[in-house]
Amino acid sequence: MGALEKDLIMIRNSKRQPAETLVSYENVTKKFGETEVLKGINLEIKRGEKVALIGPSGSGKTTIIRMLMTLEKPTSGIITIGGEPLWHKKTASGKLVQADEKHLRKMRSDIGMVFQHFNLFPHMTILRNVTEAPIHVLGLSKEEAHARAVDMLTKVGLGDKLDAYPSQLSGGQKQRVAIARAVVMHPKVMLFDEPTSALDPELVGEVLQVIKDLAKKTDMAMILVTHEMDFARDVADRVVFLHDGQIEEQGTPQELFENPKSERLQAFLKRFLKR
Amino acid sequence: MTWDWNFAIQIFPEIASAIWVVIGITFGAYIFSLIFGLVLTFLRRSSFKPLSMLTYGFIEFIRSTPPLVQLFFVFFALPSLGISFDKYTAGILTLGIHYSTYLSEVYRSGIESVPKGQWEAAKAMNFTKTQTWINIILPQAIPPVIPMLGNYLLVLFKETPILMAIGVGEFLQKAQLIGAEHFKYLEPITIVGILFLLLSYPSAIFINKLEQRSKLTFGERKH
Repeated sequence: MGALEKDLIMIRNSKRQPAETLVSYENVTKKFGETEVLKGINLEIKRGEKVALIGPSGSGKTTIIRMLMTLEKPTSGIITIGGEPLWHKKTASGKLVQADEKHLRKMRSDIGMVFQHFNLFPHMTILRNVTEAPIHVLGLSKEEAHARAVDMLTKVGLGDKLDAYPSQLSGGQKQRVAIARAVVMHPKVMLFDEPTSALDPELVGEVLQVIKDLAKKTDMAMILVTHEMDFARDVADRVVFLHDGQIEEQGTPQELFENPKSERLQAFLKRFLKR
Repeated sequence: MTWDWNFAIQIFPEIASAIWVVIGITFGAYIFSLIFGLVLTFLRRSSFKPLSMLTYGFIEFIRSTPPLVQLFFVFFALPSLGISFDKYTAGILTLGIHYSTYLSEVYRSGIESVPKGQWEAAKAMNFTKTQTWINIILPQAIPPVIPMLGNYLLVLFKETPILMAIGVGEFLQKAQLIGAEHFKYLEPITIVGILFLLLSYPSAIFINKLEQRSKLTFGERKH
């Protein structure tokens, strides 16, 4: 752990992090067995920033957000949230040790995630899907949780489906519930893992609209892994192009889409313009 | 030898009187194995390797040895180690432990059939491990395996006759005593078969009802 402590001291001393940095990845790598999926990611997300992660399949973009959601552990490197390391914690004497579940739970409360395959709880009504965590994790009263849930579900256009079960909804409706379920926890960062990739084309629009509204109306930071380029252009403050486990290029949507510098990005975008 | 109705009617009450012993032992063992089976499943999943390996070994050993042998061990062999049970307790304990190993596998299959995404969603919502199990995983893991769990109730009913080997007065033991006394076995043993049918059939219907009810609460109503 000596190397990690050095990393952390380096971060502190370098003052590279402006006050508004919310999430940072420092030299993060990830290996699955022999395969190196992430080869040294350095990324910063500011408070309230909307960042789109684009790139070909296997480029590692989903892995990046899964590590933030504590679903995957980095092989090396440090991820911090609000300046505090995610996968490590400081002991009383100031040493860095592996984070325990208690620390992870504390850090996780700032992160929310929307999955490609929705992952709604099938044995609960829509309303209960959205109130369950506020009640049991945030400790809200039933009335408060209920009010929050109804408000959120109405905002995503499902106020009339409170007593339905997930199996009775379309994919687009399910994803909107999943968004409501995550937002109702008031995370500081919302992660979207290809939120529309599993949807029939005619249902994609309604979900993208909900996410666009969310982006405009809340000050949550958002990291969106997506293949919907127009959507990324609309919503993102910054676009990051990943290739083969590394950040190839990043910038504003205008910079990346209109003036791609790297050849790989140009080739990648060509595929989308061939419509 | 042909069927003697008078004899059959005469001996029926005596054999049937064992019904409370049979029901008591079956349900005692069943409830024990429902609970202990789940305990075994969790022990097997323990992240503490020695514990999970020990549990695995225990399950495999119990599943691979005949219940009658285990029964004799508990009732005849344990006393020499200072542990003795009355025949009813020995019966319930042995059958309970034996079948908890099977139920443990049933629970395990139910749990493993819950999609990985459910675990990830639970983590994303920041539920504790306990909350994840109780509110999200088990409610999805158990309803689909209720038919299999229920099937073992029927199996346990049919397993009770092995307890006659340690002197428990269940159906077969009573039938055998009557048969030996009168030298007529056809009626007593046929009656035992009929009594088992009378116990199993309502149980199968009850299990079916339970399965229907659990499907309803799962929200799979068609409309």
